[in-house]
Amino acid sequence: MELTPEAIQATKYYQGLGLTDAEYQLITTKILQRLPTYTEIGLYSGMWSEHCSYKNSKPVLKKFWTKAKQVVEGPGEGAGIIDIGDNQGIVFKAESHNHPSAVEPFQGATTGVGGILRDIFSMGARPIALLDSLRFNEPKTAHDKYLINQIVDGIAAYGNCIGVPTVGGDTAFDATYAANPLVNVMCVGLMDLTNREKGQATGVGNSIIYVGAKTGRDGINGASFASAQFDSKHKSQRSAVQVGDPFTEKLVMEACLDVIYKHQDALVGIQDMGAAGLVSSSAEMASKAGSGMTLDLDLVPQREANMTAFELMLSESQERMLLCIKSGSENEILDLFNDYGLTAAVIGQVTTGHQYQLSHHGEIVADVPVDSLATAAPVYHREKTVPEHILQQAAIQFSPNITEPTQILRQMLQQLTIASKKMIYETYDTQVQTNTIVQPGSDAAVVRIRHTDKALAMTTDVNGRYLYLDPYVGGEMAVAEAARNIVATGGVPLGITDCLNFGNPTKPDQFYELDEAVMGMTAACKVFNTPVISGNVSLNNEFNDVAIYPTPMVGMVGLIKGLNQITTQDFKQANDNVYVVGRTGNDFNGTEIQKLLTGKIGGKLFPFNLDEEQRIQQLILRANRQGLIASAHDISEGGLIVAIAESCFGKDLGVALSSTLTTAQFFAETQGRFLISVKPENKLGFEQLMGRDATLLGKVTNQQQLFVAATDGEFKLALSEAKRLWEGALACSLK
Amino acid sequence: MKFAVVAFPGSNCEMDLVYAIEDVVKEQAELVPSTATDLSDYSAVLLPGGFSYGDYLRSGAIAQLAPIMSAVKRFAAAGKPVLGICNGFQILTEARLLPGSLQRNQQSKFICKLADLVVTNNQTMFTTDYQTQQTIQLPIAHGDGNYYCDPTTLAELRKNNQIIFTYQNNPNGSVADIAGISNRQGNVLGMMPHPERAVEAILGSTSGRELFSSLVNSVRKRGLIHE
Amino acid sequence: MYLAKIHVNYKRSILNPEAQAVQTALLRLGYQDVTSVQLGKYFELKLTGSQSKEQAAKEVDEICDRLLANVNMESYHYQLEELAVAE
Repeated sequence: MELTPEAIQATKYYQGLGLTDAEYQLITTKILQRLPTYTEIGLYSGMWSEHCSYKNSKPVLKKFWTKAKQVVEGPGEGAGIIDIGDNQGIVFKAESHNHPSAVEPFQGATTGVGGILRDIFSMGARPIALLDSLRFNEPKTAHDKYLINQIVDGIAAYGNCIGVPTVGGDTAFDATYAANPLVNVMCVGLMDLTNREKGQATGVGNSIIYVGAKTGRDGINGASFASAQFDSKHKSQRSAVQVGDPFTEKLVMEACLDVIYKHQDALVGIQDMGAAGLVSSSAEMASKAGSGMTLDLDLVPQREANMTAFELMLSESQERMLLCIKSGSENEILDLFNDYGLTAAVIGQVTTGHQYQLSHHGEIVADVPVDSLATAAPVYHREKTVPEHILQQAAIQFSPNITEPTQILRQMLQQLTIASKKMIYETYDTQVQTNTIVQPGSDAAVVRIRHTDKALAMTTDVNGRYLYLDPYVGGEMAVAEAARNIVATGGVPLGITDCLNFGNPTKPDQFYELDEAVMGMTAACKVFNTPVISGNVSLNNEFNDVAIYPTPMVGMVGLIKGLNQITTQDFKQANDNVYVVGRTGNDFNGTEIQKLLTGKIGGKLFPFNLDEEQRIQQLILRANRQGLIASAHDISEGGLIVAIAESCFGKDLGVALSSTLTTAQFFAETQGRFLISVKPENKLGFEQLMGRDATLLGKVTNQQQLFVAATDGEFKLALSEAKRLWEGALACSLK
Repeated sequence: MKFAVVAFPGSNCEMDLVYAIEDVVKEQAELVPSTATDLSDYSAVLLPGGFSYGDYLRSGAIAQLAPIMSAVKRFAAAGKPVLGICNGFQILTEARLLPGSLQRNQQSKFICKLADLVVTNNQTMFTTDYQTQQTIQLPIAHGDGNYYCDPTTLAELRKNNQIIFTYQNNPNGSVADIAGISNRQGNVLGMMPHPERAVEAILGSTSGRELFSSLVNSVRKRGLIHE
Repeated sequence: MYLAKIHVNYKRSILNPEAQAVQTALLRLGYQDVTSVQLGKYFELKLTGSQSKEQAAKEVDEICDRLLANVNMESYHYQLEELAVAE
């Protein structure tokens, strides 16, 4: 039974929808100057949720650097666009589906993949790659394992079916993610810049066409759900389950691209129905264009009987798109959708003025200024204070006491964040579209652009532990590591997308993390010339008032200008020379070795110099262009020794190395370093170019052994054993 | 010669086949919608991988009802070559153009990797450019690739040399390590591995090229060609 | 000893793409009179430990809630049949 406007006010029903007293007051006294109806209050609750309005994060997001000459479209549309020359653009964006995946992991993951795909193809781009950045608890309980298996299965089920290769991503494990697993999906699309589309509804009398799955009561109010936090008392929030249907999505994608490419004269605008479903897509399309809009809800294709206007507008049924089509061309477009076997209907019109009007069963159920939905949500400038744990940090670096280096290396290779993720990515179709040149398991994935000599390198990165210790520097490091991964494969970084996974912004110490991280990321983006072109915010990742580590996932794409410049991390042949490039410090706070030896992380994060990092990356790119590099691997979690082992595994080659570093320093996670191998004939040229930045460690061998002598001990491990431990750890932990 | 690549709703490897044939094999390939009813313009018919109709119910079960399948059956009955890859293989078994069926992988997960295969019969239209017992590498990418047939059918397959490819390390639980089989006449081949993903060295393997060249050569030799 | 015959189905409010695909295929085959398709899972469980029908029902409920049905989006129903012990 629908409440009357008076009852909504008296019972404060709006609070249950996520609106505050002050926000309700704003609607009644300033915007409408009357009490809102049940449907109207639903519209505001969806549109003013954090997910749609970014009301808590807007002041922070404004700090991002978004303008650079390669940017064709920055944040604001479905996804951003970067010019890669030859009239081609790449479109990419990442989106989080953390809360839905915590409640229903399989479907949460499938619908996460589906949502980001729609953002990409609605821009006029064909999706060419998916990446997944996942954060889980270290699997201990049956529920931990269930979450991991189901989330991975969900990603596989959707991505494999729709025929977009899942080429990369990253997966890390920490107890901080026990109640809040992170599922961040990134999609990269390719387009001709002439096919650029916008999500707008202009031209009075033009028609609004709905296409795709019928609307059911799926995920009603999912947008405000996504913006709420979990606690143990409200364990099941079950109204929000949506089921992904990749087959319908595939038809919707092909049909929409057909409209965009071949029916441009008819098409005015197109937008995905994502969070807050029909209301957000339609109100945003009208508001962006400065238009009014009227929708007749009786015309909306419906899967269930007796749905209310509130439910129709806020349903988050998947695989739906909204198009604005020129008056007179409706049948052309409806016929096309019919040929694809899709349900489609004209459900409304663009009107004069700026009102947003809904009718249902012959009555006007909502009549509000369209901008009040799309742009008038209050913006909150939150307070920030330095978290207590940072104030109390010890300034000195942890000093690992390594007595049995080989034994520690064995354990390190089995740390789940370090161990091979093959059992995950082997369940993804990594090759469909036949453009995947570097598959998952390398620093960055590489996808060629067919019929050109160019390729794209892409990666996702962030280490939440670094950010927990220092959100600003950790934010810088997240961008730097992504750039390092791109550079290692031979790419020039172009830009980033992000998913800002944080705690509760109304708590000053948690807001501090968000604000500092974004400032750190921004500083790094400017240095690496990687503007932010899109992104997503996932706040309130808290359980029983404890937030996750701040985890701003960075998704970066780079351009490789010639296919012969593509470099992988595997050592290529015996007798090649092995170098570490960059200086190694005693940098241990927040590292895997600290976690492994002490069971926790702490202390002040080790120092980082952005300009030094950029200088080293530029050197590597120069060496690559001169053809001096046989293999290149970013040195990150687990340090130099882990990078060496990983480079041995690909082609089953050993190493015989010696160094002036200590065994402990082989586990340091100093940034700005690469592990490089160089053919004997290029030794001189490489050393001349690198100067003192490269240190020769020794040679690649045909011996099936990893041998590294440090100043105070040595690592000596049969390659077969190292590889068995590294490859087996994850499967073993999920049994 | 001109290949027909049949695109069902939910197919997703059809363009990969078109590119492999046009860019690498240097022959013509055309997409044919599953609603078409005539294949008389083509010298060979290819059913691509993907998830036709979402592969809901059973893989290939709904696709075999599509209008094009009557034409595919006529084409096959005329002795002309029909190749089903991955989902295409599943469709051919559901359509009874090939015996047996493809079940969920033994470990119940989708699996995508490069697989070592043995060419067990190089006398078909699809395999003359391979050596018999040659080991080749082709990518697999499937959830339902576990080939099953009853012992009588298996004995028949063996007797008539209908087992064309086997796995060296069975990845999915298939009976007798079967990766690909033909019909009795040898003009209809179904295989789970993807030859179209293995025609360029930059993508990891070129073992798939010989399959397409065998097909082109056989069609030319037998005068089955429509130019 | 009891035999539990359990049906697990998507709740009516949840989208079931598989059932939808089957219905569309049936229409294509000419079965115009099929207006609804439900599609789910069927289990048969033999329970040897239960002393009473109530106890067996309690156990089956628990099994369904914990494993067989995803109660977020599926519902279940079952029949219990008493079996002769020596089978």
